[in-house]
Amino acid sequence: MTLLTGTVWDVIVAGGGNAGLCAAIEAAEAGARVLILDAAPRPYRGGNSRHTRNFRCMHRGPLSVLTGSYEEEEYFDDLLRVTKGKTDEDLARMTIRMSEDCLPWMEAHGVRFQPSLSGTLSLSRTNAFFLGGGKALVNAYYNTAEDLGVTVAYEANVAHIVVENGHFTGLDAEVDGQAQRIEGRALVIASGGFQSNIDWLADAWGPAARNFLIRGTPYNRGRVLRDMLDQGAESVGDPTQCHAVAIDGRAAQFDAGIVTRLDCVPFSIVVNKTGRRFYDEGEDVWPKRYAIWGRLVAAEPDQVGYAIIDAKALTDFMPSVFPPETADTIEGLAQKLGLPGNALRETIDAYNAACRPGPFDGSDLDGLSTEGLAPPKTNWARPINEPPFYGYTLRPGVTFTYLGLKVDRTARVSTAAGPLDNVWAAGETMAGSILGEGYLAGFGMTIGTVFGRIAGQEAASHVA
Amino acid sequence: MSLDHSPRPDAIAEARRQSEICNACRYCEGYCDVFPAMFRERVFSDGDITQLANLCHNCRGCYYACQYTEPHEFALNIPAALANVRAESWERYAWPSAVGGLFQKSGAAIAAGLVLGIAALFFTIAALGQSEGAGFYAHLSHTAMVAIFAPAFLFPVLALAIGVRRFWAEIGGGAIRWADIREAARRTATMKNLSGGQGQGCNFENGDRFSNARRHAHQAVLWGFLLCFASTASGTILHYVLDMPAPYGFFSLPKLLGVPGGILLSVGAAGLATLKLKADPQLGATRRWGGEMAFTLLLGFTGLSGLLLYAATGTGLVAPLLALHLGAVLTLFLLTPYSKMAHGAYRFAALVRDAQARR
Repeated sequence: MTLLTGTVWDVIVAGGGNAGLCAAIEAAEAGARVLILDAAPRPYRGGNSRHTRNFRCMHRGPLSVLTGSYEEEEYFDDLLRVTKGKTDEDLARMTIRMSEDCLPWMEAHGVRFQPSLSGTLSLSRTNAFFLGGGKALVNAYYNTAEDLGVTVAYEANVAHIVVENGHFTGLDAEVDGQAQRIEGRALVIASGGFQSNIDWLADAWGPAARNFLIRGTPYNRGRVLRDMLDQGAESVGDPTQCHAVAIDGRAAQFDAGIVTRLDCVPFSIVVNKTGRRFYDEGEDVWPKRYAIWGRLVAAEPDQVGYAIIDAKALTDFMPSVFPPETADTIEGLAQKLGLPGNALRETIDAYNAACRPGPFDGSDLDGLSTEGLAPPKTNWARPINEPPFYGYTLRPGVTFTYLGLKVDRTARVSTAAGPLDNVWAAGETMAGSILGEGYLAGFGMTIGTVFGRIAGQEAASHVA
Repeated sequence: MSLDHSPRPDAIAEARRQSEICNACRYCEGYCDVFPAMFRERVFSDGDITQLANLCHNCRGCYYACQYTEPHEFALNIPAALANVRAESWERYAWPSAVGGLFQKSGAAIAAGLVLGIAALFFTIAALGQSEGAGFYAHLSHTAMVAIFAPAFLFPVLALAIGVRRFWAEIGGGAIRWADIREAARRTATMKNLSGGQGQGCNFENGDRFSNARRHAHQAVLWGFLLCFASTASGTILHYVLDMPAPYGFFSLPKLLGVPGGILLSVGAAGLATLKLKADPQLGATRRWGGEMAFTLLLGFTGLSGLLLYAATGTGLVAPLLALHLGAVLTLFLLTPYSKMAHGAYRFAALVRDAQARR
């Protein structure tokens, strides 16, 4: 491989996921000599982008695979709703507005889109799906970067960023097991959150975090983020906030990706380990609710939940990778799931008694609500009475953490003393600047693309 | 969809395991017909898996896009899993069954078959001596040729028909409508399933970069083969219906179809063989690589020897080249039901079945 030392790179990009690749491509197209350092071995390159599937995009009319229109106000309203207002309006609106130009840019750099996947039709207007998913996008960007002469080092762990008087000069990294000082004239930090550093997660959350599953790459350990925070970089975001969904409790601790997500919750009742319900499973359509269930389950004893359905609901949602536990009686199912049988029976009897007759429509809010039950189930409430019964174990699955580097409109990183001369950040490592809490499907890729491109352009013009 | 889970080779169980993971992801829906077909099911019978396997054209787009390939514990490799099921299914359906696996797996067996075919023709030509006909009929009379090639053509057709009937029964195919055949023919003619869904082609010879090289080479072979076939058919009609026996001049139907056909077949087969050398064998049926490669070369050799035979018209090389060419044709025909060539029939049937399922 190319010798990384003994040369001063124009732009060094820490992190080879979507944001880092967008930055590298922009910088290389502007003529800069670019080096990407990715912590993962080659098969796992691309960070969490490897697991993504779509890009939320503003558009004023049909655009590529996107139908209808999705304008700034609606997009921003959607963001306000999920973040409960905890966002930076200026950065958010800028991101939303720039997303429209990003889609054609992505296509021009090798990304292909496909119509909304089966089972996700509700997203066909707002989210453009990548043909083949995020790894195909990552492959396309790596090929584009390679054609532009970008150098890539895998299994490159950045240990320390050298910043002197607000000026970046290089970094210490371990590449192929060898410690080296790599010099550069500008730095783009695109190395993600710290969710795969379970100790850090436990510091923020308490010991409960040790029961969390990490949906994506095990390589986002937050070393660069920690190093920058230790050097006084301004941070944004609450360390306990993250994108977390409820996933199948049998998933591996890292990297299980999309296939362990469970879409059964709206058609189920969810109980905790004592056999009691704790939240309205039918509050809204799943794409608008899936991202709150990770935190809901995280707040229950032992960070575990159990979704229970009966035979008639089994085909109302997309299949997931592990088959559910099944039994012909509620008590039998309780035993298989390790739940108290009497308590589960009481919960289901009370729920069934609160269900009212009415037409069921799994594809939209059907208003089929329980009566006199606390907490209520406000849609899709049908009695659970047709054996066999099925149960899925739910655990919090963390996608990425929100504590990150605070950036301005130019993606520039600051310390208390002011903006750094030549350090920019993009992607999950700065997404907390816009996502104070909650999540909007496909918005992580939007933030990564918009800020990756800005960071790459800014870094290249700095060294030009 | 049947729920038949009778014991089958491990290949089907492995493909089922992988399909159930795919069905929970669905990112590859836009690449080809396999994934929409897969996602119409929740439970996969053996017949479902066999149908998916025969629908797969091994373009490999899904492999390079997959977040779950090794070293990930899910170890997905759909192109290989389906290739293994596919190859095993052809062996299972082959009639007579005893010949099933030999030529698929073994390039050496195909080479031996070719040597035998050529030797048989040399021997026949030598034994029969000069005949009264003109052109190559001077070396092997029309009657002798028909006596050899009519059964050598009809037998494989019968054997393949029996195999495809077995396949059709296993995948639960229904009554065929004209529209199903038209749809399958359209997809075959354009090699839609090697298009990557959007015309970017396959991930075959250059890792995760897309290219249409394999699609184009395959088109050349397919159209070259059909042109050669049409050339022979037109000769038969000229001979029997219009009483115009060979030899034919260049501006005759058999030559105008046969020469471009032979060129396409030779060039296309050379292209496919070259691409196969560059592609990762682990994404195919590894134990059948030799058989597949030998068959591709046999196809190319058939086209090339035919062209050489024509070029040698009037020279002393006609007799040996005639033996080489006809020996190759004989081997090609006889091995068709038991080699990679069989994929044409099963693939077309799978496309017809898929058209049925989609309507």
